[in-house]
Amino acid sequence: MFYREVGQYKTSYSADQAIFPIVQDRFGIAVIILCAYALVFSNNDFLLNAMMTPFLIFTLAAIGLNILTGYTGLLSLGTGAFMGVGAYACYKLTTLFPGVNIIIWILCSGFFAALIGVVFGLPSLRIKGFYLAIATLAAQFFLEWCFIRIPWLYNYNTSAAIEVPTRTMFGIPVTGATATAETRYLIVLTIVIVMTVIASNIVHGRIGRMWMAVRDMDIAAELIGIRLLPTKLLAFAVSSFYCGVAGAMLVFLWYGGAESTVFSINQSFFVLFMVIIGGLGSLLGSYLGAALIFMLPIILRLAPPYFGIPVHAATVEHVTFMLVGGLIVFFLIVEPHGLARLWQVAKQKLRVWPFPY
Amino acid sequence: MRAPSQSDIAAGEVLLSVENVSLSFGGVRAIRDVSFDIRKGEIRAIIGPNGAGKTSMLNVINGFYTPQQGKITFKGATRNKMRPYDAARGGIARTFQNVALFRGMTALDNIMAGRTLRMHRGLFWQMLRFGPAMQEEVEHRRRAEEIIDFLHIEHIRKVQVGRLPYGLQKRVELARALAMEPELLLLDEPMAGMNLEEKEDMSRFILDVNQHYGTTIALIEHDMGVVMDLSDRVVVLDYGQKIADGTPDEVKSNQAVIDAYLGVAH
Repeated sequence: MFYREVGQYKTSYSADQAIFPIVQDRFGIAVIILCAYALVFSNNDFLLNAMMTPFLIFTLAAIGLNILTGYTGLLSLGTGAFMGVGAYACYKLTTLFPGVNIIIWILCSGFFAALIGVVFGLPSLRIKGFYLAIATLAAQFFLEWCFIRIPWLYNYNTSAAIEVPTRTMFGIPVTGATATAETRYLIVLTIVIVMTVIASNIVHGRIGRMWMAVRDMDIAAELIGIRLLPTKLLAFAVSSFYCGVAGAMLVFLWYGGAESTVFSINQSFFVLFMVIIGGLGSLLGSYLGAALIFMLPIILRLAPPYFGIPVHAATVEHVTFMLVGGLIVFFLIVEPHGLARLWQVAKQKLRVWPFPY
Repeated sequence: MRAPSQSDIAAGEVLLSVENVSLSFGGVRAIRDVSFDIRKGEIRAIIGPNGAGKTSMLNVINGFYTPQQGKITFKGATRNKMRPYDAARGGIARTFQNVALFRGMTALDNIMAGRTLRMHRGLFWQMLRFGPAMQEEVEHRRRAEEIIDFLHIEHIRKVQVGRLPYGLQKRVELARALAMEPELLLLDEPMAGMNLEEKEDMSRFILDVNQHYGTTIALIEHDMGVVMDLSDRVVVLDYGQKIADGTPDEVKSNQAVIDAYLGVAH
């Protein structure tokens, strides 16, 4: 950055323990949040509905997976299924109790996902790494099977899908066909900001240190008095909560209806790519990864016509696949810590610029 | 605080004792029927040739291994096996032979992690990071800073420990153990791989910890000069058996010890 912390002396430990200790950073974040809210007035449905809303939702899912994989070191391939649990739970709740505010049900559905996450997290005490990934893969397939085979979950609809009903808040439709892109964007943005702040608070405190201790050296963690199972299960619970809320928002505030295929293994990989490319163990990385993976195809699709080059839709899709695949290989080799680390390195370089170190 | 003298320790109360402990892995008998005790306030060395079972002994004491036979008495409570959580809770801290730090975390976070057991604010307050949670965080930060001052690692507190040189990593690991405010500190080869100067620094820290905080220390070390200078009493293991136990001078002149270290003519 072209600014430095020069002259900003900390006189208390609480100032030094702050999440953004530098004034300019706090200012920058405030500006970004203001801009994000200002987008509501852009009057651009495409930008809000096709780009920003899903980007934010996937960011939340990526934060969820990052808590589990990046902070606690437990590899999971069940993200899609946990998102599905959130979505189906929210659907059941709002159809059983239509009078209650839909936002409350979106947040509550996270608890159901957390519960299921804890159950499938139980093997994590004994198995690690790829083997745990396989165990969570079992969760993925089992839950997907439930979404198809248990008609009670989708209220015996003939379409075998969630059909999002219209729900209002203060008389304004929030979900369903009549809800405007602006309303949905505002709700998603607010939920994602609040939940990011909470995640950031958790990972910077005692619980975050416990998670990272388990990730880095579980034997030493045990010997300083961290009980492995409760710590890992808490990570599964919090992570699944985030994924569940993201899944509920995905269906209720973006898709407007969904079949079980939305929560397939592909969705799990999609989120995992975001986390890997964005940066394991970084909340900023979740944003950057979601932005790259989600925005890249859209930009690739829009860019050629913009310059007057006709490109077939199928070509765009193939190029996107190749580019994303290439990027993942590139990041795994060059920078396993992802975009977030690149950002840090760039910041450090700019800080000492024009000197090399 | 005054350092306990030899006679104090001789009469001192026993903090931890192991009785007739045997540990085997399949056919390998790592520890055979070993008994010894550690008294409050002393520096107790455990020495022996490679593979004598020293590290296994520490692992039994803090519950990482379960012995097949024997009893462990810590602070008056006797049990057949320790569990790591109970050991930590009871006040046993530990450093490792090959540094076991949380490599992705800063030195400060490592030390703060050592205080986990003493922090109690739950998920709700952690989510807010405000009010009581922040107060607790700051209070423990203050304690962590005291330890950072004590071990002279102020300059690296915000550095990721994976990037630190070996000698400093060892010091951060000691800091993390001290952050637990242990009653019994187990040091597994605290000076392995260090140069003379670093060894002197580390010896000074160990003595300071013992005198300043009154912490009882059990240490494994191969450098005999260090062991003889630092420790109040020494126990010698060889092939899993105890072959000598006593003050450094007694041990030094013990024929079995000399044989174990230098070999005997057949």
